[in-house]
Amino acid sequence: MSATTGPPTPPPKIPSKSWTVKVREKGVEALPPERLLPDGQPTYVASWIYVFGVASIASLIVIIASGVILALKGPAWWHETGVGHFFNSIHMWSVELFFFAMVVHLWGKYWMAAWRGGRGRVWVTGAITFLVAVPCALTGYVSQQNFDAQWISTQAKDAMNSVGVGAFFNLTNFGQMYSYHILLLPIAVVALVSIHVLLVRRNGVVPPFELEEKLAGVPSASRDLSGSPDPNGSLHTSTGAQGSPRASTGGGVPPASAGEQS
Amino acid sequence: MSVMGAVFNLTHPAHTVDWNFIHLSVANVVVIGLMLVVFVLAILLPFPGAAARDAARRAGGGS
Repeated sequence: MSATTGPPTPPPKIPSKSWTVKVREKGVEALPPERLLPDGQPTYVASWIYVFGVASIASLIVIIASGVILALKGPAWWHETGVGHFFNSIHMWSVELFFFAMVVHLWGKYWMAAWRGGRGRVWVTGAITFLVAVPCALTGYVSQQNFDAQWISTQAKDAMNSVGVGAFFNLTNFGQMYSYHILLLPIAVVALVSIHVLLVRRNGVVPPFELEEKLAGVPSASRDLSGSPDPNGSLHTSTGAQGSPRASTGGGVPPASAGEQS
Repeated sequence: MSVMGAVFNLTHPAHTVDWNFIHLSVANVVVIGLMLVVFVLAILLPFPGAAARDAARRAGGGS
């Protein structure tokens, strides 16, 4: 009888054949919970130019909520009642705000070259979202069920025919346009926005050029991306409880890409 | 609802801005101008609390 020394070694992990386990493990590996829902963001995110992405999402939520109500109540309600007019206006103005915020967001990200540091897919999904959102909004014009919709559809069909896609997108076919407007294209927009946000969470918000240049001069082993004081003093979170230590890269610069030039 | 007429009289053809091949409604020009103004302001205006947080972080060496 002899006393054992040291803690027992855990048994080797046997790879699971279950697809649900594989998907879960891949998901957690790609996007750990603390990165998916971080405590805070890097200091440089405390700028108005970083507000317009979330403003676009806020507008999209209002668009979908008001659109669901309009779809439930129908054209007679949104054309002939006061409350219907109100929700019709909420829907239209939230779309205006959505595109307003999305365009400013796009300009901001373009001029800060937001595809740096391995963020190419973040940029591309954002750009595709914008391109898909345009027909999603335009099909709304021809789904109004009024003379305005008739005028727009008969004008726009010529544009479709001129580029040879009139057989696939018949703007005078209300059923087709309404399906595109309230089902197919909104699903595409929401799916793209979801992927875009998850990619932002995974890759972190793009840092300013100055910070990236600073980090490029710091050896990777010396880069503090874990929450303790960092050598350049710019990577700490700007939100959350004052005085509490927080991971500086929860949604910010990932260790793999911080400071790297693309 | 006829009592609540539009704030602006809309019973006229749209006003447009024409410059060479560029043909824009005044409403769209106003929106584009507003977007540019908001974009510049978003870059120039300080974010509320950002300076205080930064100063606190530098003083405390933490957050």
